[in-house]
Amino acid sequence: MATVTFDNATRQYPGNPKPSVDKLNIEIADGEFLVLVGPSGCGKSTSLRMLAGLEEVNGGRILIGDRDVTNLSPKDRDVAMVFQNYALYPHMSVADNMGFALKIAGVDKAEIRKRVEEAAKILDLTPYLDRKPKALSGGQRQRVAMGRAIVRSPQVFLMDEPLSNLDAKLRVQTRTQIASLQRRLGVTTVYVTHDQVEAMTMGDRVAVLKDGILQQCDSPRRMYDHPANVFVAGFIGSPAMNLMDVPVTDGGVDLHGHTVPVAREDLTNAGKHVTLGVRPEDLELSSDTSGIPVTVDVVEELGADAYIYGTAEQKLLEATGENAGDVPFIARVDGRRPPEKGEKIYLKPKPGHVHVFNAESGLRIGD
Amino acid sequence: MTLEITTARHDPALLDLPWSVPLEDWPESTLAALPRGISRHVVRFVRLGTRVIAIKEIKADLADREYAMLRNLRKLEIPSVEPFGVVHGRTDADGNPLDACLITRHLQFSLPYRALYSQSLRPDTAVRLMDALALLLVRLHLEGFWWGDVSLSNTLFRRDAGAFAAYLVDAETGELHSRLSNGQREHDLDIAQVNIAGELMDLDAGGFLEDQADPFEVAASIIERYHTLWDAVTGSERFEAGDRWRVEERIRKLNELGFDVDELSMSTDIGGTEIVITPKVVDAGHHSRRLLRLTGLDVGENQARRLLNDLDAYAAATDRQNDEEAIVAHDWLSNIYEPVTRAVPRELRSRLEPAEIFHEVLEHRWYMSERAGHDIPIFDALADYVATVLPAKPEEQAVLGVDTAEMPVISRID
Repeated sequence: MATVTFDNATRQYPGNPKPSVDKLNIEIADGEFLVLVGPSGCGKSTSLRMLAGLEEVNGGRILIGDRDVTNLSPKDRDVAMVFQNYALYPHMSVADNMGFALKIAGVDKAEIRKRVEEAAKILDLTPYLDRKPKALSGGQRQRVAMGRAIVRSPQVFLMDEPLSNLDAKLRVQTRTQIASLQRRLGVTTVYVTHDQVEAMTMGDRVAVLKDGILQQCDSPRRMYDHPANVFVAGFIGSPAMNLMDVPVTDGGVDLHGHTVPVAREDLTNAGKHVTLGVRPEDLELSSDTSGIPVTVDVVEELGADAYIYGTAEQKLLEATGENAGDVPFIARVDGRRPPEKGEKIYLKPKPGHVHVFNAESGLRIGD
Repeated sequence: MTLEITTARHDPALLDLPWSVPLEDWPESTLAALPRGISRHVVRFVRLGTRVIAIKEIKADLADREYAMLRNLRKLEIPSVEPFGVVHGRTDADGNPLDACLITRHLQFSLPYRALYSQSLRPDTAVRLMDALALLLVRLHLEGFWWGDVSLSNTLFRRDAGAFAAYLVDAETGELHSRLSNGQREHDLDIAQVNIAGELMDLDAGGFLEDQADPFEVAASIIERYHTLWDAVTGSERFEAGDRWRVEERIRKLNELGFDVDELSMSTDIGGTEIVITPKVVDAGHHSRRLLRLTGLDVGENQARRLLNDLDAYAAATDRQNDEEAIVAHDWLSNIYEPVTRAVPRELRSRLEPAEIFHEVLEHRWYMSERAGHDIPIFDALADYVATVLPAKPEEQAVLGVDTAEMPVISRID
């Protein structure tokens, strides 16, 4: 087991004007489960493949433990790509299915048996070792496939969208299995997905990438509560955070007559307006006509709660004199008394539950 | 949802297939062969008019991706199965959605490795299969294709003048890049070694491996064969400026290996005393392209080599070495090749491809001549071959069957 370090790691394809992965810096702790997430083309798979040795590194370096592996071939890195279309062979026993690849690596028979037995114990497959795969259930077969990676006892497991072929229900089940297995094994794992829900539920830490650049690397909780910029704020969380431009006033920002307090020192360099972010669950109905005016388009009733999908009017930005226009808006309200479609409501953020971002740079202001 | 069938060639008979039934449950009457083994996905062979198609049930995005990928590979002239179409919007009788289907045409006279191993084999079959697979992998890598799931199961083999030619069957995991890194190429080789070892061990465990070859040695040999070929095709060569004949020599060697050189880079060192040459763009199929140009025959690379040799022998025997090559080739075609291949009785034509039969007749003539101590005319050899050898051969025009002995590991959980 080992740590993994991306140290200014850069990958630029010939002919591309910009790097696909640009000076990536992440330190992954021994035994940690790190998820790389981001939209298509963000560089997450390229980053994983740089670690695996499948993509050349044009700048910076990659370390596994204290060892610089930047220029090592894939098989000298002691990493295992899990779920690469593992096939099970019907005439071979479960034990042989799990262990045969070790023979290629020159591991002796007794050692193979030992490792297979250890892996079987972790995977609850001990009673089936001498049976044929046909006798196993689907879930057990899948664990045999995991066993093939485990017996190699690599320093790092790499998983590139391993659940993308599954339907929604199986994805949820399998992701729980993988996460709990990783915790039992304690092997450092790097996992790539485009699905932020998968990232948030599985990772010890989540690294969000966009356009080849790391946006934030934090625990799921910290990422949710303190997004570092507008992109992360909008990407993490479902339904997504509401984001709108608002004017800066004395002591805070102005939401149509309702002042949301923001520390003065935080706003010193912010300019005349900022981007305000509020999660749908951090809003409450206003008793008067102050707050964000929202016209309700759709009400989604979920029993205890209801989600309101509507359109919010942004306040005229006095600084520029231009109207910022309407933006889509989502709010969670009490399910017993939801507003009706077409109704105009006024919403206020709960105190302390707003996120403020610099309108120019998109970076978070304050804590 | 409405059923949507996208095909390269329209065949209304496709509409008659039972798309509202999960592929697994298609009635036997629609199938061209009964399914064998278990595959990662459900795959079935179906007769459609005079042809046989293979249908694979997979998720819609994967079906589209693989269809597009197979079309790209065909454009790059990579030996691979021919994509036929994709079927979207399937629903069962109750209106529940079913997965999409990818349709490919069955490759005539192709043999799955399991079929080869269930015949009694020449002892070096495993070696010849590795040669064929290594060549396919080199060709794929030259085009920037990373396969991701190299295995015997994902390959079909066609007889090619005593050797084999390998065809890619499954492009599901493949990725097309502008160029592959060494790491990507090595990774494909790693995957190949593990998969081949597993497949041969499984044959062994099932009692199908009469060949005494050690699965691990055979699997390891793919790496060596690949590297030898890769270095021969792409490696730089350095020599003294005076030895310019070595440029011609290199091109001749590549032609012998079956590659045409479309671009060769040459550079000299500062003093101009040494020259370095590196093939930049090479194309496989040197002999088959030449034969196609001369005769219109589209056959395997080794078959083409064999036929071209016979054409040379014909030119020499008829004293026409100085005539226009295309004219001699035309005469050879109408006086030798076509009469020989057409003389095969109709009921025996599904045993082997015509070019392979021609190759075997040439082999047969050689053995007959050796025994007789003098040359045997080709039509005598043909008569003897058709009477004594060909009838004992198995039918190979349509060897079907789901050949992957793989099981779903991630596609289903209880």
